[in-house]
Amino acid sequence: MNSPTIGVLALQGGVAEHQRMLGHLGAETVLVRKPEQLDAIDALVLPGGESSTIDRLTRIFGLRDPLIDAIRGGLPALGTCAGLILLSSHIDDPAPGQQSLSVLDVGVSRNAFGSQVASAEVTLTWLGTASPSVRAAFIRAPVVTSHGPEVEPLAEHEDRVVAVRQGNVLGISFHPELTGDTTVHRELLEMAST
Amino acid sequence: MTDSTNETSARTGSPLVKRGLADMLKGGVIMDVVTPEQARIAEDAGAVAVMALERVPADIRAQGGVARMSDPDLIDQIIDTVSIPVMAKARIGHFVEVQVLESLKVDYIDESEVLSPADYVNHIDKQKFTVPFVCGATNLGEALRRIAEGAAMIRSKGEAGTGDVSEATKHIRTIRAQIADLQAAYAASPDALYVKAKELSAPYDIVLEVARTGKLPVVLFTAGGVATPADAAMMMQLGADGVFVGSGIFKSGNPEQRAAAIVKATAYYDDAAAVAEASRGLGEAMVGINVGDLPAPHRLAERGW
Repeated sequence: MNSPTIGVLALQGGVAEHQRMLGHLGAETVLVRKPEQLDAIDALVLPGGESSTIDRLTRIFGLRDPLIDAIRGGLPALGTCAGLILLSSHIDDPAPGQQSLSVLDVGVSRNAFGSQVASAEVTLTWLGTASPSVRAAFIRAPVVTSHGPEVEPLAEHEDRVVAVRQGNVLGISFHPELTGDTTVHRELLEMAST
Repeated sequence: MTDSTNETSARTGSPLVKRGLADMLKGGVIMDVVTPEQARIAEDAGAVAVMALERVPADIRAQGGVARMSDPDLIDQIIDTVSIPVMAKARIGHFVEVQVLESLKVDYIDESEVLSPADYVNHIDKQKFTVPFVCGATNLGEALRRIAEGAAMIRSKGEAGTGDVSEATKHIRTIRAQIADLQAAYAASPDALYVKAKELSAPYDIVLEVARTGKLPVVLFTAGGVATPADAAMMMQLGADGVFVGSGIFKSGNPEQRAAAIVKATAYYDDAAAVAEASRGLGEAMVGINVGDLPAPHRLAERGW
């Protein structure tokens, strides 16, 4: 089988780290900055960054509706940190005017662990198929505060849900791309190949 | 200061989480703000973080006197106003200002030449803190010394408070050229790096890492004199990971619109049509000062070593 082509939404944030991780796992990567690029990829990563900035840029540059259509249409998607916030259906504490894509049936709370001095590395139990545990970096991270019946929790930290899957969509509070743990990305590549 | 080695317990303040927040700011604009209202404008415009300070560099320059850390009340108000990361400046060498700012739970400290230095010999030992630091640099050796001290992010200095981008250009070009030179020296003869480390006055291990990877081990932003969308896009094309804008926004005629325009141009820096669109109808840019007209004692970039 040919190696899959994975798009990384490249408006702002930790784009290169995902690219490096996916390249290491043998995938081709494309930096997605224009709507038409969504047609030529097998899966999409929405990276960490500042969620209110990325939201604003998706709207300014006409990517918001194409992203919603592509993911609702079945494109496998992984959102980490700000990417999870972007995928969610409800933000408990948005910046003024901040919107989300509503393609993952969860409510999220931003900066749920506090300011940067609370940011931390930790090893979590992983309930997905790729590995029994995952090394996570939480950086001013959000958490999942509510979720619909079709959403499957995949990891918890301090009794809060920090990773979920709903069909073709994976939403993760933390940054596996910073620790170098490939568990979450292998999960995405598995989704992209089926 | 909680570097726990236990794999299952949370490890805060590690180089990974300090550098990681800077990674998440890449491609973004960090804006100087002096009031909660300005912080709100910056967040609404799409800033990835704000820098809370009492006076923007242009006013520090105009008013003179000793420039210090901001009042904790102001920092608290700005933290309460926005949901994006809040940075604050401490004087070079003033580790107690950092203790204060860390206790206020700011997200990043800028050990900044824009304020009056508190120590003309020592920079702050930044490894001792849980809060991460960004530091200014005019060249590669200075950047690597700051990284050795624990800086988790570097910004080229430029000349703050001028609206003249020429020094920012010089510093980012210098750092990039010195990295390229190091790579070439390493390729030609690995043992040349010992002398390079001596010339750069920087630790050999970090010099080796830069020679091998062709980049700094931390994120590199640029600062000092950026005033227009095209200035920001030029910094990005010259290899910056993102941009600090100080006086350029709130000393201009229409801060809301200019802030949003600089955000757009930074994100789409390689798309001339997008930068052109962002540059339209912004009104007056900050008037500015040509760096060449500044007497040497008034040049902030020469503070720090």
